[in-house]
Amino acid sequence: MKNKEPIILAVVVFFTLVLYYLVEPYAHHVMHKQIASENFVYADLPAIEKQGDVARGAQLVMGVGACVGCHSINVVGLAPVMDAVTSAKGYGVNPPDLSNVGVIYDEKFLAHLIKNPIEALKVEHKYGGATGLTHPMMAFSGAGGDLDQELADMVAYLKSIAMKQEEVTPKIAFELACGRCHAVNYEKWTQIGTKPNFKDEKDALAFDIQTLEYADSLKGYLGIVPADLSMYIRSRGEHYISTFMENPQNYLKGTAMPRVGVSAESAEKVIEYLKDAGDTKRAQREEVGKSVMIYSIIFAIFALLWKKEVWKDLH
Amino acid sequence: MAHFTKATSVKDWLNQRLAIEKVEKVLASEYWIPKNINFLWAMGMVLVVTFVFLLVSGLFLLMYYQANIETAFYSVNFTIMREVDFGWLWRHVHGVAASVVFLIMYIHMFTGIYYGSYKKGREMIWISGMLLFITFSAEAFSGYMLPWGQMSYWAGMVITNLFSGGSLHADGLVEWIRGDYVPAQAFLTRFFMLHVVLLPLAIIGLIGLHFAALRIPHVNNQDGEELDFEAESKKYLAGDKAGSKVMRFANDFMSKDMMVVGVYLIFFFYLVFYNYGFAMDPVNFDPADGLKTPTHIYPEWYFLWSYEILRPFSIDIGLIAFAFAQVIFIFLPFLDRSPNSVPANRRGLFKFWFWGMLVDMIILTSMGKLPPEGIFSTIGLIAALVFIAMWIVLPLITKNEKQVQGEIDEK
Ligand code: HEC
Ligand code: HEC
Ligand code: HEM
Repeated sequence: MKNKEPIILAVVVFFTLVLYYLVEPYAHHVMHKQIASENFVYADLPAIEKQGDVARGAQLVMGVGACVGCHSINVVGLAPVMDAVTSAKGYGVNPPDLSNVGVIYDEKFLAHLIKNPIEALKVEHKYGGATGLTHPMMAFSGAGGDLDQELADMVAYLKSIAMKQEEVTPKIAFELACGRCHAVNYEKWTQIGTKPNFKDEKDALAFDIQTLEYADSLKGYLGIVPADLSMYIRSRGEHYISTFMENPQNYLKGTAMPRVGVSAESAEKVIEYLKDAGDTKRAQREEVGKSVMIYSIIFAIFALLWKKEVWKDLH
Repeated sequence: MAHFTKATSVKDWLNQRLAIEKVEKVLASEYWIPKNINFLWAMGMVLVVTFVFLLVSGLFLLMYYQANIETAFYSVNFTIMREVDFGWLWRHVHGVAASVVFLIMYIHMFTGIYYGSYKKGREMIWISGMLLFITFSAEAFSGYMLPWGQMSYWAGMVITNLFSGGSLHADGLVEWIRGDYVPAQAFLTRFFMLHVVLLPLAIIGLIGLHFAALRIPHVNNQDGEELDFEAESKKYLAGDKAGSKVMRFANDFMSKDMMVVGVYLIFFFYLVFYNYGFAMDPVNFDPADGLKTPTHIYPEWYFLWSYEILRPFSIDIGLIAFAFAQVIFIFLPFLDRSPNSVPANRRGLFKFWFWGMLVDMIILTSMGKLPPEGIFSTIGLIAALVFIAMWIVLPLITKNEKQVQGEIDEK
């Protein structure tokens, strides 16, 4: 009798794959917008042509630029004037510390942010122009010299005080770029900082109340308390989050989330942080996966040999 | 009272009390299996193995899961996925097995349909199988509620809403099922009870029934040949193993079962470690939020075909069509009027019915996931109508089927 098993197997595999293709890749393709990554080049922003001068930049940042009126710069000893909760009451959100912005954000973006925050952050639908509202971060209109030169100087200064690229950890990148708006409960991160392990329940509750107050400010500022991102790596996936932070308007037209302006390297770190939160055991999964696959193959080989042995007499 | 003698060995001791040798014969060594069957007959064993995976992984998950709407999501996604050693592994095994068990059940069902294994004394095998399918569906649905994610909540809302019966407006029934106006704590607790106690018990009982139903008619074979098991097994026992048309279940067929299980395990663990996304919907990794309806609400892939039979019609007709789709497979042995119990490709029109049904269900499945717009809803509507029409014509086309000889296969 002819052995029909190969053809039967082919039929089963064929229909299974067709079914899989239709309900997974194809359905996702139809249901979700496909947005390709632009590799964080920010092509809409002009490149910095001028050579920046660090010393001039320092003067501008501390002086006419007025940055330190709203932001702290811890590395040079400029501690925050207000705590996060109070400052969010004023600005809607706590302006980030500028110590490491030079390494986390893209330099073109930084320059443009200083000149025109509304445009750089892509929040034209909320501020400026027809809306008549001013953005909580003041635009810098120049110190009297060549504006492009002044922007280049400030960016050069911010880069000079920032830590080195190699020193940037996923946690640092996330906290600076996203942490003032998003909590990550599974990493104990709240918008006002990592929640300590309090011994006294009273202290823990006091801390919770502070985060709630901060969240109220956020709600006033953004219209919504931004989501806790703990499990977003599983619910949205890496590609979505990465292209979303590159330009939220691509997905949610008119959303209150600004374009964050991180560099490609920082974006990778942010993703890694979210993986640590929501896909913590991925390394172990790889490792165990390999062993289990090898074991399964060995099991299948022994099973095949046993079957051959038993069926010897049956033919 | 029976007469007991001093045991000569442990086996003898047990034998006197439990007749283990006899049991072993009935269940294994003298449970006769035709030789001319292919690997599709190992799907039953693959199902048993998958069910065991579900049971064991489920017990481990149960040690940390909390059936409370405040903590359920956290207990699954934080405690089990991050804190508990290998919790993630148990969860992935459980999730993937719950999905794959349906793939294998569908293969197993279509094998049965193709070879006509639901007739000539095998009706109870088929019926118990369908009862298993329905119970498994309830098991999968109730399990899907437990992580209390967005899809748990909204699928729970949509599916329980079906019980209002459209224009019947049986809202009281829906509330009774939910234990509340909307899915909430009472809802979660009762689905927890169903998922971890009542339905698994029912499944285990039904597997017992399914196996019992197999014992007398024996399994079918790939030529639809009617075997004289009595005579063939005598031949085997007399030493003519090669000449007999049957073999022992153990170890003869079981060794092949294990070979197929071996290949299956490679596939299964590949999914568990490297391709689990299809079985664990991303939307369900957002915590349940009764104020935020997800953009697309769809059930897991194995319910999509029947969901699509519900969707394209107005609510009342849709519900009737849906109810029809849920139960109609049970009646297959009685709707197929042909005297033949041979492979579909030798059965005239039924051959087209078989492949048509398979393709139609795949189309329904894929349309069930897509948003019901434009061309997709047209295709869905046609496929749903075809599904119903095919069941209506089944008795007609099979009634006039010509009698085929069982033996003449290409040899
Ligand atoms: C009037 C107060 C104010 C001044 C002055 C100000 N900022 Fe800001 N800055 C803010 C606020 C508020 C935010 C947060 C905006 C948000 O998250 O929507 C912010 C955000 C930022 C960010 C993060 C942007 C992003 O994409 O996440 C950087 C970098 C920054 N400021 C740099 C500067 C620099 C450099 C200066 C000086 C040239 C400056 N800021 C001056 C208030 C200010
Ligand atoms: C100024 C505050 C702010 C910052 C900074 C911010 N976000 Fe958001 N984010 C929001 C708001 C507001 C929403 C809600 C958007 C909506 O629903 O319209 C949001 C939503 C999201 C979403 C969900 C989108 C969806 O599909 O629902 C993701 C993912 C996200 N942010 C990622 C990030 C990442 C990653 C960063 C850091 C690189 C970041 N966000 C920084 C305010 C912020
Ligand atoms: C967990 C669920 C199930 C288990 C564990 C199971 C197990 C088995 C086993 C071990 C066999 C014998 C070997 C074989 O033919 O594969 C079998 C046969 C059979 N099963 Fe199932 N089964 C399940 C579900 C179903 C379902 C959903 C159906 C469809 C209605 C079904 C219909 C049949 C039929 C018709 C046979 C006989 C095959 C033949 O005679 O050739 N079973 N089942």
